Amino acid sequence: MLRAAVRGARLCRGPARLSAPLSAAAASPIPAPNPRPEVACTKIFINNEWHDAVSKKTFPSVNPATGEVICQVAEGDKADVDKAVKAAKAAFQLGSPWRRMDASHRGKLLNRLADLIERDRAYLAALETLDNGKPYSVAYLVDLDMVVKCLRYFAGWSDKFHGKTIPLDGDFFCYTRHEPVGVCGQIIPWNFPLLMQAWKLGPALATGNVVVMKVAEQTPLSALYVANLVKEAGFPPGVVNIVPGYGPTAGAAISSHMEVDKVAFTGSTEVGHLIQKAAAESNLKRVTLELGGKSPNIIMSDADMDWAVEQAHFALFFNQGQCCCAGSRTYVQEDIYHEFVERSVERAKSRVVGNPFDFKTEQGPQVDEEQFKKILGYISAGKREGAKLLCGGNPAADRGYFIQPTVFGDVQDNMTIAREEIFGPVMQILKFKTIEEVIERANDSKYGLAAAVFTKDLDKANYVSQALRAGTVWINCYDVFGAQAPFGGYKASGSGRELGQYGLDAYLEVKNVTIKIPQKNS
Amino acid sequence: MAALNGAVENGQPDRKVPPLPRPLRSLEVKYTKIFINNEWHDSTSGKKFPTYNPSTLEKICDIEEGDKPDVDNAVEAAKAAFQRGSLWRQMDALSRGRLLHKLADLLERDRVILATLETMDTGKPFLQAYFIDLEGCIKTLRYYAGWADKIQGRTIPVDENFVCFTRHEPMGVCGAITPWNFPLLMLIWKMAPALCCGNTLVIKPAEQTPLTSLYIGSLIKEVGFPPGVVNIVPGYGPTAGAAISTHHSIDKIAFTGSTKVGKLIKEAASKSNLKRVTLELGGKNPCIVCADADLDLAVECAHQGVFFNQGQCCTAASRVFVEEQIYPEFVKRSVEYAKKRLVGDPFDARTEQGPQIDQKQFDKILELIESGKKEGAKLECGGLAIEDRGLFIKPTVFSEVTDNMRIAKEEIFGPVQPIMKFKSIEEVIRRANNTEYGLTAAVFTKNLDRALTLASALQSGTVWINCYNALYAQAPFGGFKMSGNGRELGEYALAEYTEVKTVTIKLSQKSP
Repeated sequence: MLRAAVRGARLCRGPARLSAPLSAAAASPIPAPNPRPEVACTKIFINNEWHDAVSKKTFPSVNPATGEVICQVAEGDKADVDKAVKAAKAAFQLGSPWRRMDASHRGKLLNRLADLIERDRAYLAALETLDNGKPYSVAYLVDLDMVVKCLRYFAGWSDKFHGKTIPLDGDFFCYTRHEPVGVCGQIIPWNFPLLMQAWKLGPALATGNVVVMKVAEQTPLSALYVANLVKEAGFPPGVVNIVPGYGPTAGAAISSHMEVDKVAFTGSTEVGHLIQKAAAESNLKRVTLELGGKSPNIIMSDADMDWAVEQAHFALFFNQGQCCCAGSRTYVQEDIYHEFVERSVERAKSRVVGNPFDFKTEQGPQVDEEQFKKILGYISAGKREGAKLLCGGNPAADRGYFIQPTVFGDVQDNMTIAREEIFGPVMQILKFKTIEEVIERANDSKYGLAAAVFTKDLDKANYVSQALRAGTVWINCYDVFGAQAPFGGYKASGSGRELGQYGLDAYLEVKNVTIKIPQKNS
Repeated sequence: MAALNGAVENGQPDRKVPPLPRPLRSLEVKYTKIFINNEWHDSTSGKKFPTYNPSTLEKICDIEEGDKPDVDNAVEAAKAAFQRGSLWRQMDALSRGRLLHKLADLLERDRVILATLETMDTGKPFLQAYFIDLEGCIKTLRYYAGWADKIQGRTIPVDENFVCFTRHEPMGVCGAITPWNFPLLMLIWKMAPALCCGNTLVIKPAEQTPLTSLYIGSLIKEVGFPPGVVNIVPGYGPTAGAAISTHHSIDKIAFTGSTKVGKLIKEAASKSNLKRVTLELGGKNPCIVCADADLDLAVECAHQGVFFNQGQCCTAASRVFVEEQIYPEFVKRSVEYAKKRLVGDPFDARTEQGPQIDQKQFDKILELIESGKKEGAKLECGGLAIEDRGLFIKPTVFSEVTDNMRIAKEEIFGPVQPIMKFKSIEEVIRRANNTEYGLTAAVFTKNLDRALTLASALQSGTVWINCYNALYAQAPFGGFKMSGNGRELGEYALAEYTEVKTVTIKLSQKSP
């Protein structure tokens, strides 16, 4: 059952100015993809070495564009997680090379890892496309660009997360040390496999932790290749360990492990509950969660219409709709509702769905059959509950997991498609009258990941951005991500923040050292 | 002046020991002109000045002599590069950091060239230039490369109905005037934070040692900094330096050098446009050795503390206070150390000490040595120049020095170690603080209470405990009192290169 749940897991995150990188494509040529990249790394990575699963079992990784098996991957389970944790603990021993390493040198290793990923960028982008189905041009321009920048950003933090000296009452000298938490379990999703890996490795390694990572069973290939680069960059053995496998087995072993000090998970809210519970029932390990969303995107009548239509389209359809921050409730003010709907439908109809290795392709297949069926189920529910299907609604090819870009108009707040996370190329457009009304409706969700508002009015922009209960508010833009700015959810969209300086907090314990002194001096 | 103890190999576990680098014996000097807008220019006046090798007293080459018109051209270029909407102003912060990283890569590539040039021009031992100066430069550049996209403003919960936030903006055109004792390192200490924050620069390197700074100009261009972001005008203090410090279009000036010139700079800033000023000036730094200290460590650190870089450090341990029980033993061992110190050709790998920088400094040091003898200090060793050898001075140790002697009060900036005696902690605190300077101080003790008491009691910008010259890019450096204003290095230095802008937006009272 957990397994099914984890399969539902995904995560989110979008492109840095999505349209910018894409249009940049024309200017700086992307190297032609190799649609059949050789797969070199399919085993379990522990202590900088490759291992078969203790059970000898393997599982298939599937190309979602064809439904064909790419290769078999070693299937990690509790016994493998135990080995990985042991290696990580040893690497974290007091006095180990990793613990004694200069902070600036940790930064140097992270920069070197970024250099190696840059060197192998085209290969990694092709591997990502093969395993995940996302268009190669997007993988190359968006995912890989952000991976490299994220690692470089956190490389810079490695010698800058300062403790403090504190003016305590009495004759004492008091200071804080910001120490690494220890063994960090990290469970990453299939929608941005490389990027979510970088989001977790960057802050964990910059702050001196050791890692046991479980990659999603749908998309293990690119992250395993990065393991090779971790070794090449010169990280000591045991600092990064990667165990491919399923949630209910390997994932559960991490989240309930007594010697894992912290777990970071990106995926569904459903599985987020299980992780937090496992942490509570085992050793109270620290937990950060990046979970689901049903993010409102509010279009005021004074917005720049061309820009709002394009951004709302991008907000929902980017990455085949498989983003936790997808703008999946598009609220449009009534006086522009009709025009907005009409133009959004036009834009959706023009979206190019097809072979993800083709440069013209904007949308590839969904990641697997389970997601494919689930999305088609939501589309049926939308029709059944009275939403108006304006375009799409069906599979887009006779093999692979392609779905037509789908737009629903006249959506009501209580419909299933307006409440649940669809995680597919299905856009819901809702109508509103007043700003107070839309704020109330936008916040009426168990989620609180992201939100956006399109307006030219300064007061409206400020008012709405303060009123929305979400971890990110975009104004006149969508899916703007930079390693410098924090990302995370209110309410059931998660706890803690990734990226930015805030992202360091989850990987640090604060130690207060207090020393008695003969006499204080200011 | 990157750290002496542990600066080179500070606990990096997996580093292999490489073979010692060798200097380039016949290195042609390529860059001798004024660097403006990523191009090389002759001086407007057509004048040149010579730069000498202090080991041989031979002229190395002639350098274009910048003066006010050249500074004006440089400022013009720096202003243009800083225009709103310019390439440099529109660049992502992360990209600024990448440029600094690439500059560090080029310094690593050309490390032997730069260390050779530095030794030719300053006389410092080549291996020290290579392992200490260049190491410090590269690490400082990488450190600030990482800050570029982490200079964060704040949002502020002001009363009533406002949105309030701060932007940390670059100041604009920054003047930098650098000294001759660590020409490249002091340049990087200023350049790295200034560029990381997005400023543009007009730099005047010391007239004694312009070569490495000018070489950096070529690397700035190679890395791809936009034209006008970094401009370098070699020249003299009273002309080019004065033109920078009085310039109305320079927004900030950073100076490292003597306290005397520091005062002139601040005065010029206040008389012209109230430009922001950062000063790193002189010191007469106490090094306090308690009776319970690890004597081997204390003797070695005190020795390196004063003799490093031919004694030409503003951090020099030039007042060694030793607790009376161990005084005779400490003096004896210090003299042994000083006598063993190898003085000679700075390109020789065995050499620990090269020549002083120039005749003026040489004469001043010998004059202070004479004053020590005359005022009754006991000359334990050295005390003379090395005959027939240009600007070399024998490592000199004075004992029985008292606080009122000139060698105990004035900055010597040479290889002269004055050792004093003390009885109690309260006494030594009072004596250590009894100076117009307050740059650094050091304490040697195993006692926790004493260490922390002294750390809080000493009036100086840095206190080293059981170490000396432990300077790292991550930690701030600067002086109390007349040793300077402001701080270089660390996160603190960013404040010297940013203006804080408060933006306050009224929110409408009712729902819009």
